[in-house]
Amino acid sequence: MSISAMPESLLSVRGIHTYYGDSYVLQGLSLEQPEGSIVAILGRNGMGKTTFIRSVAGLTPPRQGEIRFKGAQLSGRAPYAIAQAGIALVPQGRRIFRSLSVRENLLLPTSGLARPRRGRWNLEAVLEQFPQLAERMHHSGAALSGGEQQMLAVGRALMANPDLILMDEPSEGLAPKLVQQVGSIMQDVRAHGHAVLLVEQNFEVAMSVADYIYVVSAGRFVFEGTPAELERAPEVLDQHLGVARAHA
Amino acid sequence: MTSAILQAINGVSLAALLFLLASGFTLSFGLMRVVNMAHGAYYLIGGYVGLSIAEHTGSFALALAGGGAAVALGGFFIDRFLIRRTGENHLAQVLLTVGVAFVIGDVALQIWGGDNLMVPAPQQLKGAVVLPGGIYYPKYRFILIFLGVFVGIALWLLYKKTQIGAVVRAGVDDREQVNATGINVDRLFVMVSALASFLAGLAGVAGGAFLTLYPGAEWEILVYALVVVIVGGLGSLEGAMIGALIVGLLDAYGRWLLPEFSYFVLFGPIALLMIFRPRGLFGREH
Repeated sequence: MSISAMPESLLSVRGIHTYYGDSYVLQGLSLEQPEGSIVAILGRNGMGKTTFIRSVAGLTPPRQGEIRFKGAQLSGRAPYAIAQAGIALVPQGRRIFRSLSVRENLLLPTSGLARPRRGRWNLEAVLEQFPQLAERMHHSGAALSGGEQQMLAVGRALMANPDLILMDEPSEGLAPKLVQQVGSIMQDVRAHGHAVLLVEQNFEVAMSVADYIYVVSAGRFVFEGTPAELERAPEVLDQHLGVARAHA
Repeated sequence: MTSAILQAINGVSLAALLFLLASGFTLSFGLMRVVNMAHGAYYLIGGYVGLSIAEHTGSFALALAGGGAAVALGGFFIDRFLIRRTGENHLAQVLLTVGVAFVIGDVALQIWGGDNLMVPAPQQLKGAVVLPGGIYYPKYRFILIFLGVFVGIALWLLYKKTQIGAVVRAGVDDREQVNATGINVDRLFVMVSALASFLAGLAGVAGGAFLTLYPGAEWEILVYALVVVIVGGLGSLEGAMIGALIVGLLDAYGRWLLPEFSYFVLFGPIALLMIFRPRGLFGREH
């Protein structure tokens, strides 16, 4: 999957170097993501997964390298401009706005200030996808359970009708049954034509939904390939993910 | 008994004035963590501009609108070209905005002089109201209470019931995530800040008609406004309402019952509150 073989990439990250404060976190990462695909970045804690997501979203801009989205340069653009270009973020820890009701949380990306994009997702469509949220429309976002907050965070991202959704550890802190549900939500989202760039510690989730996987270790990609190829790379599983062979 | 009632009205009318000044201050702080110590100077210059407008046109309504608008415009440039450069550095913000306040104070001294000046309230707002029990009270102070309540309700509806209000609340919660949702928080802040400046200028005109305007008034009123914001909790509109009432009433009753200790009556309970609830009544951890 070389760059030249993938001219139709939705997202193209080339050689980014990102610092978090003084620490040199991402040391020259490149990634290609086709439209409508799920790409997962796997890795242990502290290896730079969240920083990668934040680099793409413009929240922690890379110092070097370039990020292209639908052919346009993203580097140097503000986070709000990147979001308006069609990239939505489901951040680590959900970050639901606690002073807002569920309804207000969902409607936030449709505010005129956000230059909303039209598409298939509106309040009705999101509530059809997540019926539990419909019963809680007037509750505070802070009053929801972890699973409901995750649905709200995904619903909020969908309301922007993005081409790409960045998901940072969506399974974190969820009960196993909900983790499965998060996986099927991602597959639904893909079925509707949105691409998902997923960052995960949860090996099973990433393996079951991703079309393509990158493994990050100490700020570098040490593997890229399909889930099936990762299955056949015991040294990567063992050294960089700590997954026992029998487990996979 | 009569005095107790009079002091209550005194306190509530001062509260109305303090709310006008503190509500904008607390919202702009909540959204951008900007500490604007020039807010007292905005009050004073707004009052002076209103005074000149009232003297030239004879219209108190124009004075209120013009004083507010002049400060909103000036505040915009101060935000855009000075405060914006300080980023997240609070110490730099405090030094810068204190400096701005001194400059505004000196300019005002040059233009309007050092005497106590009173914004002329229109004839129909002058005079006294007779309350049940034969209590006479200045009509203007009641109007001020109505203005405070009106602005309070309007702000509350704007903040709690509109989509733009929801965006501001979201920005107070988590500015970065609002940015990542496609909303230019800096632009939003310009709007909130202009509203805050407008209210400060409006307060200067309203306050100048009974507290008078004079060099140094900006610092006196700033201390009260800061206390309101700190008691209520930074970033909370409800906090600014309750905080203004507490400060207004403590001030009025303190001056009446313990005139020698009136500052202690105001600041003593607030020092206690800060010990047990440093984030204020409605504030959050920052």
